[in-house]
Order: sequence, then C-alpha cells, then structure tokens
Amino acid sequence: MIQRLRQHKSLQGSLLASPALLWMIVLLIVPLLLIVIISFGGRDADGNVIYTFRLDNYIRLTGYTDNCRSAGDYFSGLWQAITNPAAYDETTNPATRCFDPLYLQILWRSVSLALQTTLVVILMGYPLAYYVARSSIRRRNLLLFLILVPLWTNFVIRVYAWIIILRGQGVLNGLLGSGASALGLPFRPLDLYPSAGAVLVGMVYEFLPFMILPMYTSLEKIDTSLYEAAADLGANPLRTFLRVTLPLSMPGVVAGTILVFVPVMGTFVVSDILGGKQFVLVGNLIQRQFLDARDRAFGSAASIILMVMTLLVTVYYTRRFGFGEEIAPV
Amino acid sequence: MTHRRSPWLRLFTLLVYAFLYAPIVVLIVFAFNSSRTNITFEGIVNQEPCGPFYWFCKLLSNRDVVDAARNTLTIATVSTLVSTVIGTMAALALQRFSFRLKAFTELSLYVPIIIPEIVMGISILVLFNQVFNWINTTLALAPDNRLSLGLGTVIIAHIAFSIPFVVLVVRARLHGFDKSVEEAAMDLGANEWVTFWRVTLPLIMPGVLSGALLAFTLSLDDFIITFFTTGPGATTLPIYVYGLLRRIITPEVNALSTVWILIVLVALLISQRLQRRST
Repeated sequence: MIQRLRQHKSLQGSLLASPALLWMIVLLIVPLLLIVIISFGGRDADGNVIYTFRLDNYIRLTGYTDNCRSAGDYFSGLWQAITNPAAYDETTNPATRCFDPLYLQILWRSVSLALQTTLVVILMGYPLAYYVARSSIRRRNLLLFLILVPLWTNFVIRVYAWIIILRGQGVLNGLLGSGASALGLPFRPLDLYPSAGAVLVGMVYEFLPFMILPMYTSLEKIDTSLYEAAADLGANPLRTFLRVTLPLSMPGVVAGTILVFVPVMGTFVVSDILGGKQFVLVGNLIQRQFLDARDRAFGSAASIILMVMTLLVTVYYTRRFGFGEEIAPV
Repeated sequence: MTHRRSPWLRLFTLLVYAFLYAPIVVLIVFAFNSSRTNITFEGIVNQEPCGPFYWFCKLLSNRDVVDAARNTLTIATVSTLVSTVIGTMAALALQRFSFRLKAFTELSLYVPIIIPEIVMGISILVLFNQVFNWINTTLALAPDNRLSLGLGTVIIAHIAFSIPFVVLVVRARLHGFDKSVEEAAMDLGANEWVTFWRVTLPLIMPGVLSGALLAFTLSLDDFIITFFTTGPGATTLPIYVYGLLRRIITPEVNALSTVWILIVLVALLISQRLQRRST
C-alpha cells in the first residue's frame, strides 16, 4: 500500500515538473550543447557553420597566430604586450607578428570593467542600503519603492538618458559651462561621450539597484540588539561595523556581486551606445560574430569562455562566502 | 534605542538617490523640448497638435511605435500566462514530491539565473536556426511558408527565461505553507483535485501572482534575448528604441520613455497594494 502510494506520488511529481523540465532541456541545455559543439567548428565562405573538431577558435582567442614558429615566440610576444603595450603596438607589424593582442585585450577590458563596476556599486550602494535598513518601517517602504522605479524603467531607455547628459553639448557640460561663466572662469566642454568613462557610469547606473536590494535584505535581518551588545562590551562604532555589521551583511554583498558581475560581463548594449566603436567588450565581440561577421563558430567559442569565466566567479564566491536567499529577485 | 545615523550618511544616501533619479528627470524634461534634434533644451514645445504634449501626440500617430507596443504586450502576456502555469506546477513538484530527476530539474532551473543572458540568447538563436533550416529543407517548404524568427520564437524564449523566476517565487511562498489545512480538507472528504483548487491554490495565490508579475516585467524589460530571437514584424519597444539610438533622436523617444516610466510607476504601485493586502 505504502509502496504504491509512494510510486503514485513520484509519478505525480514527475508529471507536474515535466513541462518545466522539458522547456529547460529543449531551450537551455540542448542549445548550450550546440554552442559547445559549434565552438569547435569553423565557417564556410557563406558564413555557414562547418562541423569539425578543431581548437582553432580557442587558439585564436589567445592571440596565437599562424606567424608563430614556437610557443616561445608566443610567450615573448605576450610578455612584451603586457609589459609595454604601446611599444608592442608600434614596433610590431600586425600582418607578421606572432602574438595578436586584440582578443585578450577585449577579455581583460571586460573583466576589469566588471570589477570596477562591482566595486563602485558596492561603495555607493552599501551606505544607502544601511541607511534604508535602519529607517522606520514606513520610510523604508518608500525608500525601497524609490529604488525599484529606476530598476523597472527599461534598460535601453536608461542608457539613452546618459547620452543626453554626457554628450558634448549635453546637460552636464551645459551645467558646468553656466557654472563656470557665473564664476568668470574659462570653460571648454568636456569630451565625455563616447568614452570608457561613460560606459562605467552607464554600467553603474544600470546595476546599482541589483546590488542595493540584496545588501538591504542582509542588513535588515541583523538584530539591532547585537549593536547594543557590541556597544555595551565597549566596541566603538567602527569596531562594531567591522566585527558585527560587515560580516553579517556579507551574504547580501556576495549575492549582489554575482547579480552585478555576471550581467556586466555579458552585456553589449551599454558599451555599444556609450563607448563608441572602439570600445569592444566580450558581449560586443559575440554579438558581432553572430550578426555582422557571421563567424558563429568563433562567436560560440567566445561565449564558452565568457560562460566559464562567470561560472568560476560565481562558484568561487558561493563556495567562499555561502549563499543566502538574498539572490531571490524582488 | 534607534540606531544613530550620522548626517554624512544621510547626505550620501541623498546623493545616490539624486544619481538614480537625475537621468529620469532629464528624460522627462526633454520630452517637452521644442528642438527637434533634441541636443540642447530650447524651451517647451508649443505646437499643434496638443501644444506642450506635441511629441506625445506624434507618438500615437507613429505606426512603428504602436506596432512595437502591441508586440511587446502580446509577448509579455502570452509568456507570462504560460510560464506562470508551468512554473507553478514545477514549484509544487519540487516542494512537495520526490521524484526521479528532481536534482537535475533543480539544477536546470538554476542555470538561466547564473549564465550571462547573451549566451542564452545566442544559443537559442542557434537552436532555432538549426531546427528551422532542417524543417524547411526536408519538407521543401515554399519561401512563403518557411519557418523563421518572429513573435513565436520570442515568446518561446521569454517563457524559457521566465520559468525559473516563477519557480523561485512560488517555492518561497510554498515554503511557509501549513500542510495541516490540506490534511483537514482531505479528512473532510475532499479529493486531491478539489483540495488543490479550493485550498492550496487560493493560499499560494499571492505567490503565484507575484511570480506572474515578475515574469511580466522581465518580459517587458528584456532586450538581449529578444534581440537575438526576434525577426521581421516582431519588433518590441526596447528593440525599437535601440534602433533609433543609432540615428537622430527626436523628443519622441523621450515621450515614449516618459509614458513607459509612468506605466512602470502605476504597475509598481498596484503590485505594492496587492502585496500589502495579502499580508
């Protein structure tokens, strides 16, 4: 009887879960496997994928070219390009040099931008999350609501706003200009857009709420009596912060870091709109391979590398710091 | 004791809020710009039709915008309905039953949350291309009947990325569920089916609704996955705006953004109301 009941239960569970599982297998797992397979392929003259098993695409991403006669060649080129990139670009002929820095530069630019964005967003968001978490309940609801409004305003629209602000004759230069003329100072409009700085500002703006919300969730859970206990035991505010508040809010910071770092690594919209043609991130590289350049095999390889990098960060962080329900969306 | 907050903290918070809202204010102000090129603000527009709301009225007569708005809403509505039903079923299965492939199901639902959206976008694009190519050539379909990217593919892709979020939200609701109510219903002679419709579902409804709301907003907001899975005749508003950004941008885009912000504001207010009532 119990045996039959258990079988019945198990069947029920499978039936309930099967549409979701099917959807995930067909639209997530199969496509990802396809990308893995294609990343080892190549392209024909029409831009169609040729199925082979070659490591060419991955080798191309490392900057190793046909001009290389040995691995030593490659590593000396790599070393020169790292230690003195300007000189390497000037002294070597792009057609004959062994190490081509292009793709590693793109990867490095993406990682460094993602790190910068995460850091800025933590520094801006933590005090705010702390302030909100310590407000009265009524104010807290209002303040949280005010964070949600920009978050749900469309991603593309939010980037567009920054064009109006940052461009040559834009709002920021206008404000600075009238400020300068009021003080009688000379003023030359700043060249803010398109630029790498504009991309950083855009990324910070896009992803700040993703950091604030999980940090708030962690901070809000901290029992205020812990602060009192720390104070009673003679800890000054700084010490209380370092030994009580910060450690207890780490799950929120970790969840926020993942919610910010992963999408920054993979987006191409912000850099496309605010960075100009020269500012290429991995996301832009992948997008161009799939739409303009039509080298899907190479684009797939770049996607695999992107995925591996973001997974490594996620796994490292969750292993190191653990993971709460803070990752849950709003 | 309420915790002390320094004036510096308050000032800093204020500045960050200013940073969050300055672009939104600028967007709205420029929707009333009299300059067509929209580079500097040259006074409030006052032109027939609609006077200061000139750009808003032009928006309504712009066929591309109206089509894009309709597509956006169609995609969001259909994908929300399907993903909410499928997601709620999966949440019930994962929270209540143990079955084969349970661990695998959980893992597969976790993946879309942690892989970059662009990877999901291109991989679904590749899947559709392969399948459509294969079907079109094996069935030797006439050019007009060939399967291609469009509303259908966008909807299927949106369902795929919405399901995990619905599952997450509904499971959170099921987590604190008191099973004794269900047992009571069964003891009183209700069968499983009746118990589900009359007891379980009403109780988890707030969770289902917030899952649906999340799916809806994710779909409305999505750019990257739509970008790769859309085709002719299936332009959504974000895709439309993105296309305009490469050309001259008239205040019409600002008017569109302003309407969008207002809709988001109203939707958020309603959802907050609903949540407050349910708790």
